[in-house]
Amino acid sequence: MSAVIEEHHDDHHDHKPTGIGRWLFSTNHKDIGTMYLWFSFTMLFIGGALALVIRAELFQPGLQFVEPEFFNQMTTLHGLIMVFGVIMPAFVGLANWMVPMMIGAPDMALPRMNHWSFWLLPGAFGLLIESLIMSMMGMGSAPNFGWTFYAPLSTTYGPDSTDFFIFSVHMMGISSIMGAINIIATIMNMRAPGMTYMKMPIFVWTWFITAYLLIAVMPVLATAVTMMLTDRNFGTSFFDAAGGGDPVLFQHVFWFFGHPEVYIMILPAFGIISQVVPTFARKKIFGYSSMVYATSSIAFLSFIVWAHHMFTTGMPVATELFFMYATMLIAVPTGVKVFNWVSTMWKGSMTFETPMLFAIGFIFMFSIGGFTGLMLSIVPADFQYHDTYFVVAHFHYVLVTGALYAIYSAVYFWLPKWTGNMYDEKLGKVHFWVSTISVNVLFFPMHFVGLAGMPRRIPDYNMQFAEFNQMATIGAFVFGFSQLILLWNVVKTIRGRSTVKATDQVWEGAEGLEWTIPSPAPFHSFTTPPTVK
Amino acid sequence: MSTTNHGEYFIPEPSKWPLVGTFALTTTVIGAVTSIHGGSINWILPVGLLLIAYLFYGWFGAVIDESQANNYNDQVDRSFRIGMLWFIFSEVMFFAAFFGALFYARTIAVPWLGGASNNAMTNELLWPGFQAVWPLLTNPDNTKFVAPEQAMGALGLPAINTALLLSSSVTITLAHHALRAGHRKPLIWWLVATVALGVAFIFFQVEEYMIAYQEMGLTLSSGIYGSTFFMLTGFHGFHVTMGATMITIILVRAIKGHFTPEKHFAFEAVAWYWHFVDVVWLGLYIFVYWL
Repeated sequence: MSAVIEEHHDDHHDHKPTGIGRWLFSTNHKDIGTMYLWFSFTMLFIGGALALVIRAELFQPGLQFVEPEFFNQMTTLHGLIMVFGVIMPAFVGLANWMVPMMIGAPDMALPRMNHWSFWLLPGAFGLLIESLIMSMMGMGSAPNFGWTFYAPLSTTYGPDSTDFFIFSVHMMGISSIMGAINIIATIMNMRAPGMTYMKMPIFVWTWFITAYLLIAVMPVLATAVTMMLTDRNFGTSFFDAAGGGDPVLFQHVFWFFGHPEVYIMILPAFGIISQVVPTFARKKIFGYSSMVYATSSIAFLSFIVWAHHMFTTGMPVATELFFMYATMLIAVPTGVKVFNWVSTMWKGSMTFETPMLFAIGFIFMFSIGGFTGLMLSIVPADFQYHDTYFVVAHFHYVLVTGALYAIYSAVYFWLPKWTGNMYDEKLGKVHFWVSTISVNVLFFPMHFVGLAGMPRRIPDYNMQFAEFNQMATIGAFVFGFSQLILLWNVVKTIRGRSTVKATDQVWEGAEGLEWTIPSPAPFHSFTTPPTVK
Repeated sequence: MSTTNHGEYFIPEPSKWPLVGTFALTTTVIGAVTSIHGGSINWILPVGLLLIAYLFYGWFGAVIDESQANNYNDQVDRSFRIGMLWFIFSEVMFFAAFFGALFYARTIAVPWLGGASNNAMTNELLWPGFQAVWPLLTNPDNTKFVAPEQAMGALGLPAINTALLLSSSVTITLAHHALRAGHRKPLIWWLVATVALGVAFIFFQVEEYMIAYQEMGLTLSSGIYGSTFFMLTGFHGFHVTMGATMITIILVRAIKGHFTPEKHFAFEAVAWYWHFVDVVWLGLYIFVYWL
């Protein structure tokens, strides 16, 4: 049965379900958001462990610890887990927690569907990780074709577990589409009176646009894996030239999904940085509307640049040029954003708490990743860079020091609001500095070995790359283990024994509806809508 | 929206359905993969499908109960509408990608194999003598993928099916007009007509598939023509089946008197879906059968 929350009941006691049922049957955006975030955090350590296997193997040339076949499974699952299991769920978790609070709503528009979006993920990743466990027990192989699962590696040559992988991707897709529909319905329909579109916090805006990207491209990913399924099992020849198909068709379909996907993983990060920077610069965001338009332009352009991932597949020159120029265009709106963040800080009265440190780290290091992206967009240069460690360096700068850093920034920023306790600032700063130094030791040398020609996804390499690889491995282990500092800090803050209580506003410069309600935020934030002037 | 009536919010109580849904889907998936690998359908797959049926029955049942208990205000109604519209958009993208695969095969993959653009050597080295024509009645490698003897024409069954589906769009609109005017009898009969037309469509589609398999040698594994043909028409047929089931359910609900001239979101959602299926068919008829 269901309840209708009447008007003026917000002063009532905060009754919430108890026990395990609170989590298994939840219809509460905060509880669901919490589950998303813990799921993502767990997956971060699993995906990170796989990355450490890769880096351990690459510490020296020659084969040390794992067989090449197993190495391929590591790179594949590391990529899939980090993309679909860490970054995306973390952003959805943050959206769940923050979007209703930021627009003055009691919850998401469709709470039950919201919960299903979450519960599909453990199911999907259960199927994926089960194949890894089987592989470690010597029964078959986990997916081993890279996270991009190009045909024919995944069709003709894929292991049996590929079929589980296919359905696992289907389930993740259903989860993402439902999550996105929910966010759109929430933002369109649940805003408090006076909260016009152009008054929404930028984080809400970026998620609004991200949700459209998700709805548009997740079905395309579903078709890609469906065609894989039928090619593998039912005799179709979508990706087999012997029947008139084309393996390159797979790449087109995959990257039509895949390129908007990379913006799905970075637009909410832009939103977070746009919340954090003004707070700690104690100034309004510079160029609010240009931020909104820049985000929309990036989203639009993301649909017409996909083939820049495929410059070496033998496309006509005109096609290559089109995709090159379209890709370069994205630097313009992205530049607008970076300019606006810097201008927001200009002459602000800045302080450097942990969220701000991660935000500034984001701006610096994401820009590095952006510049290498620009280098990769140049067709003749890309012929040299394609499939080298330069590409690996590029996308780890935008995904780790970009997306992941923004998520860290958000966690430190909003943790006091979620728990009612301040986190340990000293520990937070230690986490930032250790991470930032080690992450650069880890990824920066990859630029050099990549430019020198070291291919990605290979367990062995030429002697000349040894020193940079050893540096990267040392950086990887320091970076990996330093994430335990964050875990410790989060646990400590939740338990709240030795921490300072957070005020409602938490941060001196914080503005927005989420800072007007108590810390920790009540189970139902707004049961009567606040009025936004 | 600033004009929204925020007098009260509706938030559902904790629900078991999301968890049931995950369990159902995971079971189905495990059943599907083990059935495919085992070469025959095992018991896990039907159990999973039954669980999915239970999920839909239970979850939608709960929503219908809440709706009948008048728990839903305008805001909830709007959320449902937004949800349904964007769900249909995601379906549009799903079909768009398959159409994209068809266009890619027809304009790029097959011509290039035949030597178009600068691919004379591709043709010479891979399958010399391969001619790029559409529909593809000779595959590059005819031993691996046995080509069909003939292609599916646009006249005959597909033309009948086009007429059926287009008329069904008219009948469901007539049903909607009847509903809005408060005329129960025409509502029910127009809905019955719509279901009948949908079922007839599915019947002829099955007939067409049987002809394709038995007489024309056109199968899923007869090269890219067969692959795109069956994938597009197959998924469309699946959607027609879903749509017909949905219309049957709103028919039952109409008979039970669930809908009022003002409030009948379920009816509208199903009608939108049905029109969407219709539009997809027009695209199919033009690009798969006709051109």
